[in-house]
Amino acid sequence: MSSIAAFFVQLENCRQSHPNPFKLPKCSSRKWTRGSGISEAARANGMATGTLDNSNHQRTWLTPSYEFICDSGWFVINLLTVVGEFALFCLKTFQWMLTRLPRKETLLPNLFDVGVLSLPVVSLTGLFIGVILAVQSYFQFQQLGLETRLGAVINMSLVRELGPVLAATMLAGRVGSRLAAQLGTMRVTEQIDALDSMGADPIHYLVVPRFLACFFVIPSLTIMADFMGVIGGYAYSIFVLGIDKHHYLYNSQQFVSTWDFSGGIMKSFVFGAIIALISCYRGFTCQPGADGVGQAATAAFVQSFVLILASDFFMNVALDAIYFALWPQGASFL
Amino acid sequence: MIASANDRHEQDHPIIQAEALHVRFGSQLVLRDINLSVPRGQTLVIIGESGCGKTVLLKTIIGLVKPTSGRMLFDGQELTKLSARKLAEQRTRFGFVFQQAALFDSLTIGQNVAFPLKQHGEYSRTEIERIVRQNLLEVGLPESVVFKKPAELSGGMRKRVGLARALAMNPDVVLYDEPTTGLDPIMSDVINELIMQTQKRSNVTSIVITHDMNTARKVADRVVMVYPVPRLDPYESQVLFDGPPSQLDECNDKRVQQFIHGEAGDRLREMRLESSDVFDE
Repeated sequence: MSSIAAFFVQLENCRQSHPNPFKLPKCSSRKWTRGSGISEAARANGMATGTLDNSNHQRTWLTPSYEFICDSGWFVINLLTVVGEFALFCLKTFQWMLTRLPRKETLLPNLFDVGVLSLPVVSLTGLFIGVILAVQSYFQFQQLGLETRLGAVINMSLVRELGPVLAATMLAGRVGSRLAAQLGTMRVTEQIDALDSMGADPIHYLVVPRFLACFFVIPSLTIMADFMGVIGGYAYSIFVLGIDKHHYLYNSQQFVSTWDFSGGIMKSFVFGAIIALISCYRGFTCQPGADGVGQAATAAFVQSFVLILASDFFMNVALDAIYFALWPQGASFL
Repeated sequence: MIASANDRHEQDHPIIQAEALHVRFGSQLVLRDINLSVPRGQTLVIIGESGCGKTVLLKTIIGLVKPTSGRMLFDGQELTKLSARKLAEQRTRFGFVFQQAALFDSLTIGQNVAFPLKQHGEYSRTEIERIVRQNLLEVGLPESVVFKKPAELSGGMRKRVGLARALAMNPDVVLYDEPTTGLDPIMSDVINELIMQTQKRSNVTSIVITHDMNTARKVADRVVMVYPVPRLDPYESQVLFDGPPSQLDECNDKRVQQFIHGEAGDRLREMRLESSDVFDE
C-alpha cells in the first residue's frame, strides 16, 4: 500500500512540475490539441502564431508515466470532441434539410458533379467487376460441372454486395476526396468565414446540397454499376467462356430476387450519406496549408471507406434478420 | 423631438464595444482583457505584429470567434448570443474585406458581388445587376470583369472586388483585414483612397487591421496597437497605444516606436533564443 501511495505522491509531484499538459516539453499530447474539428483550436492554428513555452521542467523517472497518462487522456478527450462535433455537424445538416432546402442553382451543379461526372468511372468499375467475377468463378464451377450457375453467382454477388460496395468505394475516392479538398480549400482561404460573415449559413449553403446530391445520386450510380456488371459478366460468360445462354439467364433469373437488388440499393443510400457527411466534415475541419488540405482529402476517403465496410456488415446482418423474419423458409438456394 | 433625442442617443452610443474581452484557443491566450469602444463613423486602425491577435479581434467583432470571457457588443447586443436568424440579419450590417479577398472560386466576379444581395435582399434581377456594376465601377473595375472568375484577376483587383462585395449591402460597419498586404505601393494607396472615400460617402464605421504604417497614418481617425500576450508582463495591458495617429510619434513605449519605425531591435536575438530553447528541449 505504501508503495502505491508513494507512486501517487511522485505522480502528483510530477504533475505539479508540469501544471499544464500542453506545456510538457516532450509530451506528444500537444498534437491532440490540434484538429479537433471546427473547434476554436482549429481556427487558432490558422490565425495565431504559436507561442512556445520556454520554462525548463525537471524530468523525473515518473515523467514518462505521466506523459503516457496525459497523452491517453488527451486522446480520449479529442476522440470524444471529434465524435461530438461530428454528431452536431450531422444534426445541423438534417435540421437545415427539414427547414429550408437549397436553391436550384446550388443543388444542380452538385448533382452534375457527383452524378454525371462520375458516370464513366462507375460504369467501368461495374463492367470490370462483372468480368472479373466471371473469370475468377468459372474454373471452380467448371470443375463441379456447374458453369451454367455462373449467372447466379455473378449477378447475386453484384447486386447484393460488390456493386454497391465497390461503386461506393470508387465514389468515396472520386467524390469524397474532391468534396473534402474543395471545402478544405474554402476553409483555408477564408471563403467559409466569408459566407458566415455575410449571414449565409455555410452548412446550409455548402453541405446540404452536397449531401442531397450524394444521397440521391449514389444509389442511381450503383444501379448503373450493377447494370454494367451484369452486362460484363454475361458477355464474358457467353461470348468468351461459351456458357449456354439459356441456362445462364435461367439461373440468373431463378436466384437473384428483387429483395437482393433492393437491399443493395438501400445500402447505397447509407453509403451516399456516409461519403457526404464524412467528406464535408473533414473539409470543414481542414487544417491550414497544402498539407492540411491533403490530409483532409485522405482522411475523407479512408474514413468513408472504413465506415462503408463497417456499415455494410451491420446492414447485411440487419437485412438478413429482416429477410428471415419475413420469409422463415429461407432463400430458395439454401 | 422624441425621435431626434433617440437619434442623438443612438449617435452617442458606441457601435462596437469590447468589455474585458478574453479569447483563448486551447492553452493559448490570444486576447487578454481588451476594452475598446468604437463610436459611429470612426475609422479605427488596429496595428500590431503578426500573431498578436488582430484578426482574432476582428473576427470576434463580427461573431466569427466567440470570446472565452468578457463581452463584444455590436450596437448594444452580443452577436454570439443571438439566434441564428437574428445573427444573420445583424451580419448584413457588416462588410468584411478579407486578407486574401476570400472570393468564391466557383462563382464569377459578378456573382460574387451579387451574393449578399441574393442571399438577403429583396432585390430584383435588374436592381442586382445595377448595384453590381455600380459597386465595381466605384472600386475602379471595368464591366468586363463581371463574367471573369477570381483566379483570372490580379491580387489588387481581387481586393477591390472584395471591397465591392463588402459594400453591396450598404453596411454600417466595414471590417478590413490587412487590406494592403501583398500589394504594390500604388495599389496600396488606391485601397487607402477607397477606404477613405467609402467612409466619407456613407459615413460608415471602419475598422482596419494592418501592419502598414502608411495606411495607418493615412486613413485612421484613431490607432490602437495590440501586442502579443506571451511577451507581455502578467498585469500589463495588451493595448500599448490608443490615440490619434498624430500622437504615435510622441508615445514613449519603446515597443510602439520600434513597430512604427519598423526596427527589429532585439527581436532577432529574442527569436533565436526562443528557437534554441525549443531545440534544446
